[in-house]
Amino acid sequence: MGHICLRGATKSFGDTQVIPPLDLEITKGAFVVFVGPSGCGKSTLLRLIAGLEDVTEGVVEINGQDAKHLPPAKRGLAMVFQSYALYPHMSVRRNIAFPMKMARIPPEEQERRIADAARVLNLTEYLDRRPGQLSGGQRQRVAIGRAIVREPEAFLFDEPLSNLDAALRVGMRIEITELHKRLATTMIYVTHDQVEAMTMADTIVVLRAGVIEQVGGPLELYHSSRNLFVAGFIGSPRMNLIHGDAADRFDAHTIGIRPEHIDIVSTAGVWTGTVGIAEHLGSDTFIRVAIKGIAEPLTVRAGGDANHGYGDTIHLQPRMDFLHRFARDSTRIP
Amino acid sequence: MAHRTTLRRKSVNTFAAGFLAFLMVFPVLWILLLSFKTEGDAIKAPFEILFNTGWTTESYSTVQSRSDYVKHFTNSVVIVLGSTFLGLLVAIPAAWSMAFVPARSTRNVLMWMLSTKMLPPVGVLVPIYLIFRNLGILDTRTGLVIVLMLINLPIMIWMLYTYFREIPGEILEAARMDGARLREEIVHVLIPMAVPGLASTMLLNVILAWNEAFWTLNLTAAKAAPLTAFIASYSSPEGLFYAKLSAASVMAIAPILILGWFSQKQLVRGLTFGAVK
Repeated sequence: MGHICLRGATKSFGDTQVIPPLDLEITKGAFVVFVGPSGCGKSTLLRLIAGLEDVTEGVVEINGQDAKHLPPAKRGLAMVFQSYALYPHMSVRRNIAFPMKMARIPPEEQERRIADAARVLNLTEYLDRRPGQLSGGQRQRVAIGRAIVREPEAFLFDEPLSNLDAALRVGMRIEITELHKRLATTMIYVTHDQVEAMTMADTIVVLRAGVIEQVGGPLELYHSSRNLFVAGFIGSPRMNLIHGDAADRFDAHTIGIRPEHIDIVSTAGVWTGTVGIAEHLGSDTFIRVAIKGIAEPLTVRAGGDANHGYGDTIHLQPRMDFLHRFARDSTRIP
Repeated sequence: MAHRTTLRRKSVNTFAAGFLAFLMVFPVLWILLLSFKTEGDAIKAPFEILFNTGWTTESYSTVQSRSDYVKHFTNSVVIVLGSTFLGLLVAIPAAWSMAFVPARSTRNVLMWMLSTKMLPPVGVLVPIYLIFRNLGILDTRTGLVIVLMLINLPIMIWMLYTYFREIPGEILEAARMDGARLREEIVHVLIPMAVPGLASTMLLNVILAWNEAFWTLNLTAAKAAPLTAFIASYSSPEGLFYAKLSAASVMAIAPILILGWFSQKQLVRGLTFGAVK
């Protein structure tokens, strides 16, 4: 269950085409993350799959069936919204029961599934409260509970964690990933946070202006980004991108090297530069190094106890195996 | 110092507000006063009436013996509740569609509906009178329910539209994802969330419909005449009628005044909804 396929799907609002023809196949049981900067069409794409928006042209298929004339309710998909979108006038119990009530599931069965969901999501003691009396994380769990009781073909998550504080976000990220492992149901997850994408996804779909830039596993995207956009978007801190003469030496228009793939060496390396700001995270230190002939300072990852002083001169050696080369049209040179 | 200034300003404001309120309610108080005077006393000079006349309930007994208050009251209630209920039935889906699935022309439709309130009603009296005559609904409650529903519909739709706009669309989308059909979405999610708005819309409509005089006077004769016609029947071109007219007015406005008094909190909240937040 939960095989979703888009063929030549487009979406226009008035005269503005937000999604040019797009093909995408999501196999059943996959955890797919749509990631991209805000306004890249990732939420629109999710809403096309949900049926909350109609495709302008092309086809959305769910389990091999054209979903064109299927309203959202009939698609068998469950969605978790950024704002949680709980029903404020209903208790947690009635919120979770609502989709089952709509599906006319017998009351005893409803009770059983509510109890199950509440146990899994640690909501048992909150079942009789209203959403207004819950914290952000609890509301999020209610929204997830409301989605799982339907036993849907696929879950759709629209930036579900962006209203939570940083600590809670990490916890919920793990909970959602575990939920996927346990249910093995297709999940489509939209986020602008590449860390969420990298940590949760089986498959990441990188979008820019409605166009798919690359589809692949997290490490595939990290190691062999197809173009400059993906290379710059995936990975934290960002990949160092170098243009001009320094890149010409490697027969490329632009070269990219991630901060973790540059070594600080004692004797002369490829580059020599001056240490700028150093950010000490304890586990790592990220050092900004200004290099003559390269416009942007490079970010270099050093050990947690690195103690290069401001203004020191250091030598840098990129690991050649991890050097990314890009052509003038910003595509990767193999 | 600062404290005393605010205190003085506060008392000035309170006094000014009280004075304004008194000015507005004065005609009603004067009617109440006249209704307890004899016809002879009611036409005396104001100060005479205030300090130099006795009290009597004679006008109330006359009014009661001369006309059937209960019949008019029943007509008013039926017409008001009927037009409010029918109005909501039309206004809820209309406001839903304009608030949640707006089209390019939604703004224009809203303005156009409002513009019908700018038309002087007398301008369409003849056509409506003729239509009613041809349909055989002159002087019937059905006819009045229809016409009152129609004249108040723009206000109802506007008010509900404003409320509905405050409800996050994602919640309705969530309901749709949860398998709710349109009717279920409106009944189980939209209406419960809009209860305060619906209540004040209903209240306002009840008050407007209760007080509506132009159409109720022109389209009724005897059978379906509500309380407005009951008041009007005590006004005459000659003779003394002030006290009886006042008594009839008090009897007609008392129910709505009491309803308004008990629901004023709800009404104020409704009318300023969205203005302050």
